[in-house]
Amino acid sequence: MEHRIIDQQLDVLRDKILLLGGATEAAVHRAMQALTERDSELAKRVLEEDKVINQMELEIDRMSIEILALQQPAAHDLRFVISVAKITPILERIADHASNIAEAAIILNNEPQIKNYVDFPIMAQTAADMLRTALDAFTNEDAQISREVIKRDKEIDASYHRVFNELLELMIENPSATTVAAHLLFVAKHLERIGDYVKDICELNVYLREAAFIKHGG
Amino acid sequence: MRSAGKPGKQMTSKITISNLDFYYGKEQALYNISLEIPEREVVAFIGPSGCGKSTFLRTLNRMNDTIPIASVKGTVMIDDKDIYAPGTDVVALRRKVGMVFQKSNPFPKSIFENVAYGIRINGIHSSKADLNERVEKALQDSALWDEVKDRLKMSAFGLSGGQQQRLCIARALAVQPEVILMDEPASALDPIATQKIEELIVELKKQYTIVIVTHNMQQAARVSDRTAFFMLGKLVEYNKTQKMFTNPEERLTEDYITGRFG
Repeated sequence: MEHRIIDQQLDVLRDKILLLGGATEAAVHRAMQALTERDSELAKRVLEEDKVINQMELEIDRMSIEILALQQPAAHDLRFVISVAKITPILERIADHASNIAEAAIILNNEPQIKNYVDFPIMAQTAADMLRTALDAFTNEDAQISREVIKRDKEIDASYHRVFNELLELMIENPSATTVAAHLLFVAKHLERIGDYVKDICELNVYLREAAFIKHGG
Repeated sequence: MRSAGKPGKQMTSKITISNLDFYYGKEQALYNISLEIPEREVVAFIGPSGCGKSTFLRTLNRMNDTIPIASVKGTVMIDDKDIYAPGTDVVALRRKVGMVFQKSNPFPKSIFENVAYGIRINGIHSSKADLNERVEKALQDSALWDEVKDRLKMSAFGLSGGQQQRLCIARALAVQPEVILMDEPASALDPIATQKIEELIVELKKQYTIVIVTHNMQQAARVSDRTAFFMLGKLVEYNKTQKMFTNPEERLTEDYITGRFG
């Protein structure tokens, strides 16, 4: 294979999105840790690092547009650039949800703990696993694994409904805990949304590999 | 050879090439090419230099007949008639299957006479008024009329490169062809003239079947409905253009269109 100018740029683009993926994974992990270990300093760090993630998104956007305009990629190269350009804002939104969880953690950490966070770590663990597997599947262009991750979204949805009902009961039983419970409801919702976004990433992984659109039943 | 680009039931095949071999003397230049070109579509031939795409294009109106050592095996059916059958009227064939070349080659005559020439020698017109009308129609169809209508008597050499190329297209259209073969029609033109030719190709396919050889991959992507990729005299892949440029079936095609060789 001859060396092409575009190869070098695609390699840089790949590095950039993997860095963004790593930063997003870390944000989700730290935000949940800040909540479950009641560590507000860590939550603040998540908020601080979200600015870096936003900058990474802009950089990838700029580079994707530049490659499309100047290199006019085709076939797999084209699918790669399109996938990166579409996965990037998804990762940025996942990081935004992590920030929202961190903000909730800062509030909740100042309140008495009303409930053992049993389900939350499980939900968070599932979301984090799914995200990591999705990013690995992107790197390896593995459509098979991506399809398996998509199925796991149901696990998060099930946890969400369980947590939702529990918190609802708690609010009825103990009205003074309503504010705290409401914040926790939002945290659960953020985790549930992260699961949806990971699913979107996996659909793009399948597109990258097979040029097939499986979204909305393809 | 992969081919998901065969015309479906709703499409009529204008040209059907079956098992075509082509030789320059003992040297084989094309190997067992089979391909269907649907009516009123644009089909682009791409491939590295020397891959046989221009040779193949020229088999479609027997332009290779002018090369003494050339020989052809297989069949080329246009509207269910084998153009290599004995007794074929080659002049009539070339009227039906017109050709536009890489380098515009207007006759050293006026703009009007360049277009009128083919109509005259083929005796297509019924009167002087009819001739004028046909010339105007051809110049309009080639999107040149507005630029030349006030100077039809001036030499064709006074036109720009892009205009000369459109004049050659007008000349081909004047004799009422059904198929137009274009061999790198825009490779010597600047981007604006190229864009005009490309727009013209898209416009012309409403009436004509067009086969274009191009080195410009983006041009093939922009103007054609189907693309055929040739290498070393073989047809590697023939597919819908959209498929070819987003997800080709053959590794060789992918490598070529993404510039991994060529």
